[in-house]
Amino acid sequence: MKLKGKAHVYKKDDINTDEIIPARYLTSDKEEELAEHAMEDLDTEFVKKVKKGDFIVAKENFGCGSSREHAIWALRGSGVRAVIADSFARIFFRNAINNGFVAIESKGISGKVSDGDELEIDIKSGKITNHTKNEDYIFVPLSDFAVELMNDGGLINHIKKGAKK
Amino acid sequence: MGMTITEKILAKHAGKDVVKPGELINAKIDLVLCHDVTTTPAIDMLEKAGMDKVFNPDKVVVTPDHFVPNKDIKSAEMVNRIRKWVKKHKIKHFYDIGRHGVCHAILPEQGHVVPGMTIVAGDSHTCTHGAFGAFSTGVGSTDIAAALATGELWFKVPETIKFVINGKLPKGVYSKDIILKIISDIGVDGALYKAMEFTGSTISDLSVEARMTITNMAIEAGGKSGIIEPDEKTLEYVKKRTDEKFEVVKSDEDANYSIVMDYEASKFEPIVAVPDLPSNGKSVGEVNNVKVDQAYLGSCTNGRIEDLRIAAEIMKGKKVKEGTRMIVVPATTDIWKAANKEGLLDIFMEAGATVSTATCGACLGGHMGILAAGENCISTTNRNFVGRMGSPKSKVYLASPATVAASAIEGKITDPRGFLK
Repeated sequence: MKLKGKAHVYKKDDINTDEIIPARYLTSDKEEELAEHAMEDLDTEFVKKVKKGDFIVAKENFGCGSSREHAIWALRGSGVRAVIADSFARIFFRNAINNGFVAIESKGISGKVSDGDELEIDIKSGKITNHTKNEDYIFVPLSDFAVELMNDGGLINHIKKGAKK
Repeated sequence: MGMTITEKILAKHAGKDVVKPGELINAKIDLVLCHDVTTTPAIDMLEKAGMDKVFNPDKVVVTPDHFVPNKDIKSAEMVNRIRKWVKKHKIKHFYDIGRHGVCHAILPEQGHVVPGMTIVAGDSHTCTHGAFGAFSTGVGSTDIAAALATGELWFKVPETIKFVINGKLPKGVYSKDIILKIISDIGVDGALYKAMEFTGSTISDLSVEARMTITNMAIEAGGKSGIIEPDEKTLEYVKKRTDEKFEVVKSDEDANYSIVMDYEASKFEPIVAVPDLPSNGKSVGEVNNVKVDQAYLGSCTNGRIEDLRIAAEIMKGKKVKEGTRMIVVPATTDIWKAANKEGLLDIFMEAGATVSTATCGACLGGHMGILAAGENCISTTNRNFVGRMGSPKSKVYLASPATVAASAIEGKITDPRGFLK
């Protein structure tokens, strides 16, 4: 699977779920409603500039804090196809796997990619191509289990499929 | 090679003799804890998938707490949805208004937690219950849906970091100061993906409630779980509340730890975590004179009866400084009743504070004490991220109940040690 999109780079560690989707909006779990407020407490311009298929690039420990899966839904609803970070907080990463949402760990990526760069992610080979800068970066390939969940369309569909076997 | 308490619990629940860190397992879940915000999406997912079932209604505890009492129509609809679902699936452990409270305070208080069990909830502070020697971890709504339907969940077995704390804590220093110091030392991702095991004579000397403050904040260092081996105090607390059978699990002498960190308790002092991360711990003396607009005493971290007693002792006969607001939120209905009976609520009210009903409320910027732009709050809660308690331009300082009480009286961040006899 290959994904192509534009990078929105946040050179910040510990971008937390309160910044990705503030708790004041958690009375909804609808992607389109949450999407209106994605990244609001970090960057009020984000929802205006993000386009379908774009990527977020960030530093260490992306998605720390609350367990709210609303963080994934808000990003996906806003059009974000993948987050590429130096590292991820555990529950965010787990939620990403369970949702079949692409979360890619690539050490040092935040220092290599500039805002607006056109990137291409090759999930299978573990390679990111920066078409703007003509550079390639490698990342930790997703585990077989994560790929299986992604192909099944998330954990619930995976369980449903398993039950049918 | 021996196993840690965490590895042993996970091995047993995966039906294995041995597990190793990094191994992917499927583990049986003994208890699923559900609150208002993350449960409705799980119910939706299950209904949509045609899997609307509960693996064992007696192993599900439902505690609406985040936006309770409901703050608006949307949150009222959310909890109503949960009420109907609880009824449909005959879930008897449902803590609706009148029995309500913050989920992580209610769960052990009402005897749902025993050593050696596995617990998940759609809430990051689920690590709290590790204080009883259980494996307890926060997950998302999809995981809650899967756990509700199947009673199982996938896990990667975590490595464990051991924190050994020995000696006597100085007066005016509490378990909150211990955990804020540890998080400041290792950072908000210092225990990423790992279990944090706390041990040593200082931990043994702490009450069970005080231990919960430590495990509660494991997630603030990125931890998957926090855990403390059960001892006599644990068993006394648990047996008072339930007849449930359980097995006490302990780490082997030759268990493998990724890191072991040693602390001497006498060196601890009151800590304040300044904005915008829980790892920004400073000694209280470095930040005194920061003006306090609001002082908040409550939450799953520090809203239990002992926390209220500590604050009340400092506030008795004193007044909250003019220009400062103090909000006291007993974490559960039973804590509220006990505090009322002991006269603690009178002490707070006479001091000019207000006492609310149990709720997560303002801790996560929900309701009942939201901050305006430019305001500072000193709080016994667990997070001081940007906008956590209200306006993205407000600031949250984390501290112990004693430091919060002393700061409310002075109207600025204050060392509590001057208030203690």
